[in-house]
Amino acid sequence: MIDALQYEFMRNALVAAILASIACGIIGVYVVVKKIVFISGGIAHASFGGIGLAYFLGVAPVLGVVPFSIASALGMGMVSKRTKLPEDTAIGILWAIGMALGVIFIGLSPGYVPDLFSYLFGSILTVSFSDIILMLILDALIILIVISLYKEFLALSFDEEFATVVGVPAERLYLVLLCLIALTVVVLIRVVGIILVIALLTIPAAISKQFTHSLKKMMLLSILLSAIFAICGLWLSYGLDLASGATIILVSGMSFLISSLFKRITLAKKKKNGQEPRNQWLCVK
Amino acid sequence: MSIEEVVKLRDVWVYYDDSVCVLEGINLSINREDFLGIIGPNGGGKTTLLKVILGLVKPNRGKIRVLVDIPERGRRFIGYVPQHSLFDREFPASVWDVVLMGRLGQAGRFRRYSHEDKKIALHALKTVEMLDFRDRQIGRLSGGEQQRVFVARSLASEPKLLLLDEPMANVDTPMQTEFYELLKRLNQRITIVLVSHDLSAVSIYVNKIACLNHRLFYHNSKEITAKELEATYQCPIELIAHGVPHRVLKEH
Repeated sequence: MIDALQYEFMRNALVAAILASIACGIIGVYVVVKKIVFISGGIAHASFGGIGLAYFLGVAPVLGVVPFSIASALGMGMVSKRTKLPEDTAIGILWAIGMALGVIFIGLSPGYVPDLFSYLFGSILTVSFSDIILMLILDALIILIVISLYKEFLALSFDEEFATVVGVPAERLYLVLLCLIALTVVVLIRVVGIILVIALLTIPAAISKQFTHSLKKMMLLSILLSAIFAICGLWLSYGLDLASGATIILVSGMSFLISSLFKRITLAKKKKNGQEPRNQWLCVK
Repeated sequence: MSIEEVVKLRDVWVYYDDSVCVLEGINLSINREDFLGIIGPNGGGKTTLLKVILGLVKPNRGKIRVLVDIPERGRRFIGYVPQHSLFDREFPASVWDVVLMGRLGQAGRFRRYSHEDKKIALHALKTVEMLDFRDRQIGRLSGGEQQRVFVARSLASEPKLLLLDEPMANVDTPMQTEFYELLKRLNQRITIVLVSHDLSAVSIYVNKIACLNHRLFYHNSKEITAKELEATYQCPIELIAHGVPHRVLKEH
């Protein structure tokens, strides 16, 4: 791994892995605790339409993906909140429409057929310096918004109805959260690709949820875990000559299995020793 | 609308899907320092009635006033304790996090909770006697303990009116008495509306009773006739099963 760092593309890949971990560590926690995994998957897939649009217009992909993924996030959020259509139905429809638009746009584009595979499954080894700058800006934006709306997002994730009653504009904040997911998708596309984004949004957060009950600690742990997964995956894919995005996901998935097993074993041990504290209210009385 | 009136509903109708009638012509005045128990069968519209008062459900017809204002504005004076507040027992929030949520309306956007917010939340936790549980994960508490925390959360907004939706649903029987005693103490300064399908327990603690099964029977008192109860539950057998103490209702 160390000798691999003499290459610029490897150094860029490493930086990109860490920047992606920051975004997906923070936003992934909301995706997991608010149980909006499916809508996040929908936003990720629909953003493919933005890539197609960018090709069709002949502009940089990011200029297509950012507006398109934000539009699809807002679209899914509003359709599921304001119409009587069941939420998962609305997501399913927009998910497929976004992808279909992408395919059609690319088909209509003149000239050569671009490397779609790298957008669908990631190509962390081709991350450029300008990609890194973009990821840096998006990370900063995500951190800033999450810090300033931290207590509102917590209440929204915990109990949306109560939040509304005490005067939090729940629907607007939910849409803001979906836009943050869209931005995170943009950050992650280069690293693991559209199809695999959902794994990095859920696995690190799901693991850290097993070990802490503080939202802040969960975010920090998720960032750390996804950085470890991304770097391990990158190193393995380099050594074994495998696809980097898929290797990162498999490392994450394996870690989830191991941590779940570990959690079960320690829980069973605790139960055996009678350490699970229940009904403390009666004890205090 | 007199000053004593906290909530006033006039001829409120709610339909779901534009065909199923949930609330039929509800007229209701809730006065200051009432401890009103609304009883009725499941599916009789009790939760919908609370949500209408909170402005979460818009009525198809009728007028609602909460402290002489529309529900969307008046609801900042309402403390709401919803039914089944917690679905995910592993949710990463402590008791303290949850109680502070009651301050969201006053705390202001883009800001942290102030010293004042924390003081009020602390006081709310003391009121429900859950201060020792401050740092515990909310999902790890028993049903009764959680219910107390949710009462504290609503108290933290310093409400004038407390709405409780089936608060005893997950509370075991010995804890229920304690919980009712807590509500009775709170009622000395806060108007309380408690919704329940279990009439026997409610009737001991409340000072007014209304029956709701799409239509509302209420005489601004604790008197409900056997006939009205039957009209509400539409099933005499269920009345017996619930052990409806008509006596108790009339004695008070």
